[in-house]
Amino acid sequence: MVHDGDIVALEGFTHLIPFAAGHEIIRQGRHNLTLIRLTPDLIYDQLIGSGCASKLIFSWGGNPGVGSLHRLRDAVENNWPAPLAIEEHDHAGMAAAYAAGAANLPFGLLRGYLGTDLPKYNSRIKFIECPFTGERLAAVPAIRPDVSVIHAQKADRRGNVLMWGVVGVQKEAVLAARRAIVTVEEIVDRLDAAPNAVVLPSWVVGAVSEVKGGAFPSYAQGYYSRNNAFYKQWDQISREREEFQAWMERHVMGTKDFEGFRRSLDQVASHA
Amino acid sequence: MPEYTSDEMMTVAAARMLRNGTVCFVGIGLPSAAANLARLTHAPDAVLIYESGPIGTKPAVLPLSIGDGELAETADTVVPLAEIFSYWLTGGRIDIGFLGGAQIDRFANLNTTVIGDYHKPSVRLPGAGGAPEIATSAKEVLITLRQNKRAFVEKVDFVTSAGHLDGGDARQRMGFPGKGPTAVITDLGILTPDPATKELTLTSIHPGVAVGRVVESTGWALKVSPQLTATEAPSADELRVLRGLNERTARAHAGQA
Repeated sequence: MVHDGDIVALEGFTHLIPFAAGHEIIRQGRHNLTLIRLTPDLIYDQLIGSGCASKLIFSWGGNPGVGSLHRLRDAVENNWPAPLAIEEHDHAGMAAAYAAGAANLPFGLLRGYLGTDLPKYNSRIKFIECPFTGERLAAVPAIRPDVSVIHAQKADRRGNVLMWGVVGVQKEAVLAARRAIVTVEEIVDRLDAAPNAVVLPSWVVGAVSEVKGGAFPSYAQGYYSRNNAFYKQWDQISREREEFQAWMERHVMGTKDFEGFRRSLDQVASHA
Repeated sequence: MPEYTSDEMMTVAAARMLRNGTVCFVGIGLPSAAANLARLTHAPDAVLIYESGPIGTKPAVLPLSIGDGELAETADTVVPLAEIFSYWLTGGRIDIGFLGGAQIDRFANLNTTVIGDYHKPSVRLPGAGGAPEIATSAKEVLITLRQNKRAFVEKVDFVTSAGHLDGGDARQRMGFPGKGPTAVITDLGILTPDPATKELTLTSIHPGVAVGRVVESTGWALKVSPQLTATEAPSADELRVLRGLNERTARAHAGQA
């Protein structure tokens, strides 16, 4: 469902990041993708370092609490492995742009980007005057991905999807997209969701696939916690091109699926 | 008197600035440590909000990321991102925004985007995250970072989050909702904006630190307040709570590799 040249959003704010789906995009050797995410995180570091992306739209590009995303920096600073155009926003702007996309509006509106230099370097951040009060407000174009991919806790057999905890912009990302792919921790007979729970009805979701642990090393509330130790290790794995490539070759390209990926990591850990 | 590090002094001094009962939008790293120390000591009713959506969170360990599960599990509620920034932050419900940064200038403008030219940076930093709207929409902003000449510069290379812009009444002229930075807490002392010019001025100095050292650690000609006060050293209780928090955090983050 992801094609070369697509505009793709893999969302999940620290929580429920769709790593398994991201790895599959890398295995399929996709190219020239425009990647959208508030926080590129390790998954986009891997996609960018593997040469899948030609453009990144983002608002905070670090390894949270650890430091830099080295593959992202290498692409921006040295064009390795390919040049990467960037379109840089802040979180409030990206959130407004996703909400506008979900609402089928042309732009998101916010009391934002005041006094920051970002609009000087991103011509897609504009200012408009409120027709009622005259207040100067920021406008950002709606995000409309070709494909959005998210990971959630549960789906039922009909394909209704339930998530909870830090839910970020996942609902907006799915509703803003032409096609939506959801991986889940488990497929169950009944969701038993409270009336106001975050549920994506099956008819707004294109495909649902069960991938246990598919958000590792991020987390799935109620299933497993964030593997902060892996986030720290990534700093070393990703620092040099050769070590990164060897790691990707062994653990992602050299495995068939996410289960295989996890097994290959466990083998390294047991020999350490 | 108990022994302590300059980082502990900084966190304790920053924590003390957070009044009990205030609603605080917390940045990750040093601000998160200070806000939680405040909550665990003199400000048990402070409402801590993180940009990932948790409102009224009470984590037992400090989060490594802005959206660790601990924050959601211990919150009064967790709301979507579009809502945290619109209804809660730019909607005007935040008393204190608590920020860090890589670079700060004499008018407390913050840079977390690039060192050097934007298109040919010498260091590419993570970027803005939620900070620009925290800096303009929170009623008041506290900033905490370590003080040295690389971080405290005459003029930031990139304004990620607006402080007092070029000083004076610049914020009011621009129509910003919040009044901006009111204190910068470092490992050497506390700087506050001059009431008229808004230039950061050394108003409190930590125990054992010489004024000359603070001046030398600043990239502009730092003004020193004639009413310079001495920061009170961390109490045994503050240190016990901070160290407990840090130890629990280190254990939690080392787990499962």
